[in-house]
Amino acid sequence: MAAKRKFNIFDHELVPEHRILSDEEKAELLKKYNIKLSQLPQIKASDPAVEELGAKPGDIIEIKRKSPTAGIYYYYRIVVED
Amino acid sequence: MHSIKKVIGKIEFGILAPQEIRKMSAAEITVPDTYDDDGYPIDGGLMDKRLGVIDPGLRCETCGARAGECPGHFGHIELARPVIHVGFAKTLFRVLQSTCRECGRILLTDEEIEEYMHKFEFAEGRRSEINRLIKEIHKKVKERKTCPHCGAPQFPIKFEKPTIYWETRIDEEGNEYKHRMMPSEVRDRLEKIPDKDLSLLGFHPENSRPEWMVLTVLPVPPVTTRPSITLENGVRAEDDLTHKLVDIIRINNRLKTNIEAGAPQLIIEDLWDLLQYHVTTYINNETSGVPAAKHKSGRPLKTLSQRLKGKEGRFRGNLSGKRVNFSARTVISPDPMISINEVGVPLAIAMELTIPEKVTEFNMEKLKKLISNGPDKYPGANYVIDPEGRRIRIMETNRETVLEMLDIGWTVERHLMDGDIVLFNRQPSLHRMSIMAHRVRVMPYKTFRLNLSVCPPYNADFDGDEMNLHVPQTEEAQAEARILMEVQNHIISPRYGGPLIGGIQDHISGGYLLTREGAYFTRLEVEQMLMFAGVDVDELPEPDRVEKGVEFWSGKTIFSLLLPKDLTIWYENKVGCKDKEKCEKLKKAIEEKLVLSDEEIRELSDDGFVYIRNGKLLSGVIDKKAYGREDGRLLDLIVKEYGTERGKQFLNQVTKLAIWVITHKGFTTAIDDEDLPQDAIERIREIIREAENNVNRLIQAYEMGELDAHPGKTLEETLESLIMQKLAEARDQAGDIASQYLGMGNHAVIMAKTGARGKILNITQMAAMLGQQSIRGKRLYRGYRGRVTTHFKPNDLGAEAKGFVVNSYKSGLTPTEYFFHAMGGREGLVDTAVRTAQSGYMQRRLINALQDLKVDYDGTVRDPSGIIVQFRYGEDGVDPMKSWGGKTLNVDRVIVRTLLKMRGE
Ligand SMILES: [Mg+2]
Ligand SMILES: [Zn+2]
Ligand SMILES: [Zn+2]
Repeated sequence: MAAKRKFNIFDHELVPEHRILSDEEKAELLKKYNIKLSQLPQIKASDPAVEELGAKPGDIIEIKRKSPTAGIYYYYRIVVED
Repeated sequence: MHSIKKVIGKIEFGILAPQEIRKMSAAEITVPDTYDDDGYPIDGGLMDKRLGVIDPGLRCETCGARAGECPGHFGHIELARPVIHVGFAKTLFRVLQSTCRECGRILLTDEEIEEYMHKFEFAEGRRSEINRLIKEIHKKVKERKTCPHCGAPQFPIKFEKPTIYWETRIDEEGNEYKHRMMPSEVRDRLEKIPDKDLSLLGFHPENSRPEWMVLTVLPVPPVTTRPSITLENGVRAEDDLTHKLVDIIRINNRLKTNIEAGAPQLIIEDLWDLLQYHVTTYINNETSGVPAAKHKSGRPLKTLSQRLKGKEGRFRGNLSGKRVNFSARTVISPDPMISINEVGVPLAIAMELTIPEKVTEFNMEKLKKLISNGPDKYPGANYVIDPEGRRIRIMETNRETVLEMLDIGWTVERHLMDGDIVLFNRQPSLHRMSIMAHRVRVMPYKTFRLNLSVCPPYNADFDGDEMNLHVPQTEEAQAEARILMEVQNHIISPRYGGPLIGGIQDHISGGYLLTREGAYFTRLEVEQMLMFAGVDVDELPEPDRVEKGVEFWSGKTIFSLLLPKDLTIWYENKVGCKDKEKCEKLKKAIEEKLVLSDEEIRELSDDGFVYIRNGKLLSGVIDKKAYGREDGRLLDLIVKEYGTERGKQFLNQVTKLAIWVITHKGFTTAIDDEDLPQDAIERIREIIREAENNVNRLIQAYEMGELDAHPGKTLEETLESLIMQKLAEARDQAGDIASQYLGMGNHAVIMAKTGARGKILNITQMAAMLGQQSIRGKRLYRGYRGRVTTHFKPNDLGAEAKGFVVNSYKSGLTPTEYFFHAMGGREGLVDTAVRTAQSGYMQRRLINALQDLKVDYDGTVRDPSGIIVQFRYGEDGVDPMKSWGGKTLNVDRVIVRTLLKMRGE
């Protein structure tokens, strides 16, 4: 699966920035929205961006997207097993 | 409110095993009859008292409860011979093809079984993946000639709809012959399939064995599922299901006696097929290839599938949507005199629909008056509810006692009265604005009345449309309707952030007649129109003109009386500027100074550019751009800066004012609106000649091979597009000539230019020429070989032969032109029909997917289990209905308002 890619997908302009949240940030996020991990949107461990970051199931990914209405919009997804 | 005691964790579906059917059965049913001559249920019959009771007075022999309390109990029929369940016939065919006829194993090698088991595990219950695998296995296995497990030869199986299976066998001499597999043989084979192979066929061995798809026992639904009804003449009519079950039992019994008597195989098979037919139609009476079972009257029976399927079926008709109380439906008609948030309710409906009102010391007298009026005199009341919750119908006989007993804490269900809040709805309810809250106005006659401005959100007209009305019963529901659903809260559309409700048609034309340059009115007229529009002014402004002692007010001055006193706005209107330079100068001047002097206004003002300063219309005419739908700038501004209530008031007043003006000035359009002078007609003819010549030259060039193909197009396509271009030009030129001769004195032109109704193109088509007719953007070409109709030579590429109509609606179409026009017109009809069907389906899918999502108090969008869909609604948390074109703030407006304030204006 983790075969070497010839290019970094994050270099592509259509791929938004992805980032793994630290444990503190994770706790903060869950507290802010008063949710359990299972109530977060999901992203598969086999997602190219997740593989590139090396995130493991259980990690939360922060996606910084461009938004036509809000300018910048942060979306959070929990990594789940494939 | 009840607290939730139990939560459904999961639901498992499966097929009933014969043993299970027997276990849940309260009685075996053997008698093909219902009631005896005394009307008493026959033991062992289809109305057996062990299956529950529906007649009052009888007790259920299974649970002991009376009719209405007993939920009913299943019974069963032991079938003399097994029959195929139609709903599973296709599945059975697949299973038969996939398994060995001798040992019952799946026709995969052990290695393949291993491999697929692995793949199934990997699919992890994903339905689409599992379905794909099952299909793949079936495709692979059905061609296998021998069993990989026992080596037995396999024969091809044919499936004859709906329930017959044939096996093509080979006899000792090597001849092929067809063997019919009776259901018992099918069942024997299925029984042999081992559990471990079943999952590869898509079965869950514990919940559904394939042989259970061949019925040996038939469940008989409880009596409560198929109640008999007594007609007026006292005759009992049985439910369709009961009729069908009678047939099944009768044939089953006959089959049983014949088998026991050792009847010939042929007779037994005939009866067996008959049993199969009855069971098939009992399950689905619309099976293709099976004649539907019918009543004596010829009406097809409504059996199990028919109860569930389709629009009127259990799912769509009773679970997704149901009939409700406190609602009314009738034809709608227009009433320009009522407010946009009112609805005219016929008296007869107002006396049927009620609102529960709690008795307090403040309303006691009023409610007592209503009760003494009773249900038949308006305004009255139909029921009272005592503190224990008992409903008492008010009647002539008990009126006095009810009045005496009535006290604080009782509830009176009084008639609908003026000012009550109700929900008003027109199907298809495609968006939020299809259901809005209105205030009741009780009126005579039998139709619902609504203001013309609310026709667009409902998409209503008055060619026989009907609408529904619902009366919210609780204070919470009424408050919610009042705050969220009232019409004025929906003037601004959430789709594009502009007004969805606004002036239409005559409202726009009238606004133009009122405010155009040179429109002056006498004191009498002004007083009348203001009174009509419901505008409350203490004193009229100074007259704009006094001639021979007669005072005159301009329409602009009168219009200004409806505007908020500090409203300032400027824009180029729909009519537009004739002198672009002058308008540009005016716009610049306003943007620079904001406040122009009287001289500047006199010099620069133009009917095409609106300038309103501090609630005074100083320049420009009022048209669709002011308070029309979609682009009503003025209405938009009033709603957003002065609130929905002010917006409603403005719209009510301005539409009535416009109606007064249009009725008193007179406004008609007729065929002479399309009259053109002779020289205009000459010029149009010249254009047509010119266009035809151009087309002929192009065709000649093409035929001589002098035409160069455009990039990406063939030579023919190039020619077509050049011709189309030339002909479109010709129509535009003809239209230009027509509009040169038709000015703002022409009512059709007024309507087109102000945006009230129609486009200039419509006038062009009426007065000058219809132009090119097209299908799918191409000139007409279909019909005969190389030509559309036989009136032309084959392969004629000329304008006239391919749908160019040189006549106008007024001059009249030639027969060929008429036919071309019908061809083009048909495309439009087909398009709308197809589009509505497709968008309706899409809409239902979307609604099913989105209906349970909501915006939470923290601004997140979540589903019912709290799973987050958006971390902020719309990513920016903005309600488009309450925004400035999608933005939370309009900085320009803030600056304008501040500047005006600073200058003390
Ligand atoms: Mg209609
Ligand atoms: Zn019972
Ligand atoms: Zn075998």
